[in-house]
Amino acid sequence: MAVVSVLSARALVKRYRMGDLEVVALRGVDLELFEGELIVLLGASGSGKSTLLNILGGLDVCTSGQVDYRGTELTGADEDELTQYRRRHVGFVFQFYNLLPSLTARENVALVTEIAEDPMDPAEALELVGLGERLDHFPSQLSGGEQQRVAVARAVAKRPDVLLCDEPTGALDFQTGVRVLSTIERINRELGTTTVIITHNAPIAAIANRVVTLADGQIVSAKVAEGRRTRPDELRW
Amino acid sequence: MSVLGTKLRRDLWRIKGQVTTIALVLACGIMAMIMLRSTFRSLQGSRDAYYASYRFADVFARLERAPLEVAARLAEIPGVAVVSSRIVEEVMVPLPGEPDPIAGRIVSIPDRGAPPLNDLYLRAGRLPAEGADDEVVMLEQFASAQHLALGEGLPVVINGRLRELAIVGIALSPEYVLAMSGREMVADNRRFVVLWMPRAVVAAAYRMEGAFNDVALRLEPGASLPAVLEAVDAALARFGGRHAVPRAKQLSNYALTNELSVLRTLALVLPAMFLGVAAFLVNIVVSRLVFLERTQIAVLKALGFGDRRIGLHYLALVALIVGLASVLGIALGAWSARWMTDIYGAFYRFPTRAHALSPSLVVLTVGVGIAAAVAGALGAVRRIARMPPAEAMRPPAPLAYRRSLLERLGLGRLLGPSAMMVMREITRRPVRFLMSTLGIAMGIAIFIMGRFSLDSFDYLMTHVFPREHQEDMTVAFVRSQPAGVLSELEHVPGVQLAEAHRVVPVRLRMATRWRDTTITGLPEHPVLGHLLSGGRTPTAPPERGLLLTDKLAELLGVRVGDPIDVDILEGDWQTRSLPVAGLIDEAFGLQAYARADWLAATLHQERRVSVALLGIDVARIDEIRVALKAMPAVLGVTSTERVIRAYRAQTGGSMLVMTLILSLSAAAIAIGVVYNNARIALSMRSRDLASLRVLGFTRGEISSILLGELGAQVVLGIPLGFLIGTWIAGWFAASIDPEAYRFPLHIATSTYATTAVIALVSGLISALLVRRDLDHLDLVGVLKASE
Repeated sequence: MAVVSVLSARALVKRYRMGDLEVVALRGVDLELFEGELIVLLGASGSGKSTLLNILGGLDVCTSGQVDYRGTELTGADEDELTQYRRRHVGFVFQFYNLLPSLTARENVALVTEIAEDPMDPAEALELVGLGERLDHFPSQLSGGEQQRVAVARAVAKRPDVLLCDEPTGALDFQTGVRVLSTIERINRELGTTTVIITHNAPIAAIANRVVTLADGQIVSAKVAEGRRTRPDELRW
Repeated sequence: MSVLGTKLRRDLWRIKGQVTTIALVLACGIMAMIMLRSTFRSLQGSRDAYYASYRFADVFARLERAPLEVAARLAEIPGVAVVSSRIVEEVMVPLPGEPDPIAGRIVSIPDRGAPPLNDLYLRAGRLPAEGADDEVVMLEQFASAQHLALGEGLPVVINGRLRELAIVGIALSPEYVLAMSGREMVADNRRFVVLWMPRAVVAAAYRMEGAFNDVALRLEPGASLPAVLEAVDAALARFGGRHAVPRAKQLSNYALTNELSVLRTLALVLPAMFLGVAAFLVNIVVSRLVFLERTQIAVLKALGFGDRRIGLHYLALVALIVGLASVLGIALGAWSARWMTDIYGAFYRFPTRAHALSPSLVVLTVGVGIAAAVAGALGAVRRIARMPPAEAMRPPAPLAYRRSLLERLGLGRLLGPSAMMVMREITRRPVRFLMSTLGIAMGIAIFIMGRFSLDSFDYLMTHVFPREHQEDMTVAFVRSQPAGVLSELEHVPGVQLAEAHRVVPVRLRMATRWRDTTITGLPEHPVLGHLLSGGRTPTAPPERGLLLTDKLAELLGVRVGDPIDVDILEGDWQTRSLPVAGLIDEAFGLQAYARADWLAATLHQERRVSVALLGIDVARIDEIRVALKAMPAVLGVTSTERVIRAYRAQTGGSMLVMTLILSLSAAAIAIGVVYNNARIALSMRSRDLASLRVLGFTRGEISSILLGELGAQVVLGIPLGFLIGTWIAGWFAASIDPEAYRFPLHIATSTYATTAVIALVSGLISALLVRRDLDHLDLVGVLKASE
């Protein structure tokens, strides 16, 4: 396993207001992501894992602490710099796919390849997730699993350094979820993309190189997997 | 096309109804701006070019008679550059085929060469040949209204003698851009003619050799107008000079200037109202779009698109609306501008008409359209930048509702659940509700504003005018006649009654303020001609003293009981101090009235007649006309009925087109506001409404919840529109030079009714369009979708 650090977070704290309530989502989190590894972030809802992912992906900023991407500090970067960071280095997969409903599968991927520096061909990316036959379908014509795989294709088409997946199977049934996880796992294996998967579904952790568990805004355990990773199609939950 | 471009194209197709309705409102604004501004520019440009190249004079003066040396002396006044002395006389034209005698005016031109000032533009033919005493050049307005052509004969009573003249030229003059004699309210091109003849011919006919009775002056640049006016008055005082008049008060130019200022105000106010509504519509639609697409915006941000790129994406939508509106608005504007310049062209004549639709105007108008639309979209687009990408991924908090005011007042039980939901929706977004109501009100106000001048004038012409003028005919004389002319008229078979008006030209002075006007002497108990104050209250001149138009009293700063200095501008040219004994509220002009007997006694004159009003046996009207045509003292005859008919003919066609344009505009606004609000309400509440349907509500019930709010907007918008429209009309009426008109601001019931019907029908059409979607609500799908 490579030991080059891609992303590192130090003493992350995130507070935000919800109405009259102040919520502390992160209470001092330290985490390092290494090149090529697949990490699963486990935690119940409200444990702060999405907030952590959003901050790592440059979607959100922390209240205090520091985030570095390959030695460059992200904390304190302005909106334009964060936009460039997301555009060049990060691929996102969301729980609810978040495809643009007015664009076809190919066009949803092309949205990214148009602004990326060295992208795949949209068709190639969709081939990679097994949707080579459904290029010109609109999201409303695709099943949930297919939509999520389009989202994965969209995320990886720019050949990102980091792939961040927030509950990628959360809205899917078991069978479909496994297919999506297989796709993500294969991309991590074949392209060597550092991958973070957020889930509250503990069995999924078995496919990871490293499992980090969050509770109440803090890391409560971090385990490095011994031996062979479980293949997604061997999963049961 | 980029993928974002593809998204834009599909988004636009999805909201094509909204895009179209907004584009229509914006197009109306662009149309109004192009129509009014290009008509304004065309008239102004034509006027300026005409005045400059045909040497329109700066100062005009009338006098009784002065030797030509006096004209040379006028040229020595400091500041005077050119002097053009003339002989101007009133004549009667007994045109064959025209039952009543027509009033004409002869203006002398040099025997050789062009007039030094107020040059003629020959549209056809030539100037009279030197020495030809029967050749005449005719004003084009009259020639075209009466279908007279070159070479035709023209009978004219010149100084009491009937002469047969030949039309050798048809011309325009900067002095008669609008052909008004000064005796009428409405220009009637069929009833007033200006004729130009060589000076030697006119002088011989009126024994004015070596003399003149009218003069026009051109000033040097930078000359002091008041000083020149004073010097001219002094120089002409001995020769029966009426006070000199600056160009601004010259009849035709004064009317043209008033018209231009009306156009300029309209060109500002009307487009502003349309553009305001369009900006509001763009605002609500783009805001809603940005709200609906906030997860998409968040995804785009997550994918690395910058705020600017996403903002531009939504602005491109606005650009398309503006593009659509521009094409339509410019086309409609160009068409209606041509129509409007044609209408003006029938009355305001210029040698060449300045090109109406200039590229710079198009650029300006489209620029204003873009500014309005972008202003509308800006708030929503800014929100895109403020939207933190991570936050936008979360589902929105449930909307906060409150109890409505009625419920808090304990009246909630009076409302059914549907009405309660409508009330709460209104309470939750009171600003949007008010703005929508205001939008609908604007459409109604535009309609009222466009109609009020027509309505007011129509009211004057059909209600006030016939009550004031109960005579069948009015006979004007070339010069005032001895009182005996009345019995002469009464002896004409068919004439039942003749009533005399004595008109004395005067200057009224109070301290340093003055106005030139006339005092009309009226009989003690008038039968035919009446004065109505405010268009309603019969008012008679007091036994002694003057009755002034209230505006005139206000301008001079006099009150009832004050004495006022009166310069009599005829006869013995005395100045008298006369008491102001009463005021009258009139719609047109500034006048003074008095009892004829008191006036004659005060002026130490015998009673004379300037105008005679006739009551006749209508069956014998043809005989009477023949008799009047044969009377040499008669200048012209008009009938009350003819005035109204001429007015109808003038305004009928344009009124119809104007009303049509206004109706369509009001409908465009009403549909734009109601339809867009309905669509947005539907998109915001389709989940709630589908849930209600699942719970067992009928289609009708959920429609009434959604459309109830829109109905409330229309119902409130109508009276609000009445108020705003009436208020703007009043403000607009007040902005018209009050010395010329004081519109009584009469808005016809039919105008209110029409615009209310337009608003209701437009609302209904919009409701039906949305109702179709409401009926096809996807109950299962709506409940499943995450947003």
